[in-house]
Amino acid sequence: MAQVPHFQEELDQLKARLLEMGGLAEDRVRSAVRALVERDHALVETVLAGDDPINQLHIEIDSRCVKLLALHQPMAVDLRSILSAVKINTDLERVGDLAINIAEAAVRYLAHPPVKELIDIPRMADIAHGMLRDALDAFVRRDTTLAQQVLDADDALDALKTQVFRELLTYMLQDPHTIEPSLDLILVSRHLERIGDHATNIAEDVIFMVSARDVRHHAQ
Amino acid sequence: MSETGVKPPFHSISGMSTLASALESRPSPPAVAQQSGRACKITVQGLNFFYGLKRALENISIDIPANLVTAFIGPSGCGKSTFLRTLNRMNDIIPGTRLDGEIKIDGEDIYGGGIDVVGLRRRVGMVFQKSNPFPKSIFENIAYGVRINGLAGSRAELNERVEESLKQAAIWDEVKDRLHDSALALSGGQQQRLCIARALAVKPDVLLMDEPASALDPIATQRIEELIYHLKATYTIVIVTHNMQQAARVSDLTAFFWLGRLVEVGATDRIFTNPLEKLTEDYVTGRFG
Repeated sequence: MAQVPHFQEELDQLKARLLEMGGLAEDRVRSAVRALVERDHALVETVLAGDDPINQLHIEIDSRCVKLLALHQPMAVDLRSILSAVKINTDLERVGDLAINIAEAAVRYLAHPPVKELIDIPRMADIAHGMLRDALDAFVRRDTTLAQQVLDADDALDALKTQVFRELLTYMLQDPHTIEPSLDLILVSRHLERIGDHATNIAEDVIFMVSARDVRHHAQ
Repeated sequence: MSETGVKPPFHSISGMSTLASALESRPSPPAVAQQSGRACKITVQGLNFFYGLKRALENISIDIPANLVTAFIGPSGCGKSTFLRTLNRMNDIIPGTRLDGEIKIDGEDIYGGGIDVVGLRRRVGMVFQKSNPFPKSIFENIAYGVRINGLAGSRAELNERVEESLKQAAIWDEVKDRLHDSALALSGGQQQRLCIARALAVKPDVLLMDEPASALDPIATQRIEELIYHLKATYTIVIVTHNMQQAARVSDLTAFFWLGRLVEVGATDRIFTNPLEKLTEDYVTGRFG
């Protein structure tokens, strides 16, 4: 069939663009957290100014998916792949937005003296970043085992978020001057936890794409 | 790697040669009628069909439920039309053909002794790819079968049956003012609906449709598909189509044929979203041949 290579080529391009977007989102999360931890004002500004490429890709990928659905009426694994691509695209765009939110919190936080040495926030960032990277690797390799590991990692992130909140609460109770910067750190922990949730969504989409199993909300 | 063994969507596919051997060890398709929870209208068991020495159908077993639409899909030459024609013994008229196995409709073996083939074809109506109205008036196209089957006792009854059939086939409003014009003056889509009305006029239980919309434009196709959707409340419908999107749109169950074998049968939404067989997956995703 002559149309198959053409369709395949379009699917390959879609995959490449999603991975490009994933790479950008990962990079921005890493930069935003590094700017916060290293108190790097210039890097914060870079993150705040750099959302356009992700937004452009968000629109382009959706457009590609709509075109593929309309023109090729894909079935079975192709249909599941394109549906997953639409959802992964949205998750990655939200990760990009959360990187901006972290950078905005960093701007406010850096206006104050440090509340404490940041230990758990970088740990959360490492876990969230790792989950995002693994979810995208699972997507590339169609690896449902790795996708399942991403789902399993989410609990650690949630636990750290609770730990950050409790610790900062003690600082705020001791010294009201720390309330404002502490709230920003709590927000950052919340944003990182949400990034983990988006990685989890991507992993669930990978499982659906590969094996047609819907594992959302513990469905299976 | 994929845990299902289904080929990756983002890579090219090969390895078709291994599929035939995989199919050999495949268990028989499940009893779909039981799966659907409907009464079984047609039961086929171990059917083989030959054109001379060539075996066109190989060990086909399938249950076709009542009042649902079952679609047969597969590449050209896979046997789907041959199989459809075994269901009302239309292949009988082709010299040199032979059949073994069993086909039961409502529990009756249609190849058993004493079967009235004309009566069978009245109960199991057929609509063909190319519309084939008689070169007569619209009215006579419908009335003819009703008359020769003795299904109308009076002129009024005949008129009523013609009107009812044309309404069922969703063509009444377009032809009611010109019932005595030639059927050949109708458009292709109208002719096809007229042929469906003609099949319905003799009160069949089952309607077989062999590519009923393949020669029609998209609007006429949509009307036929809409008609199929409404007719299934009254009839058991079996449709052969090359158009997979059409199968996906109109049918409740889909059966995929390949090289004279029934590869997989199941609920249409499952066949088109998550087929169990790699061969089916390759076909519905267009990675075939």
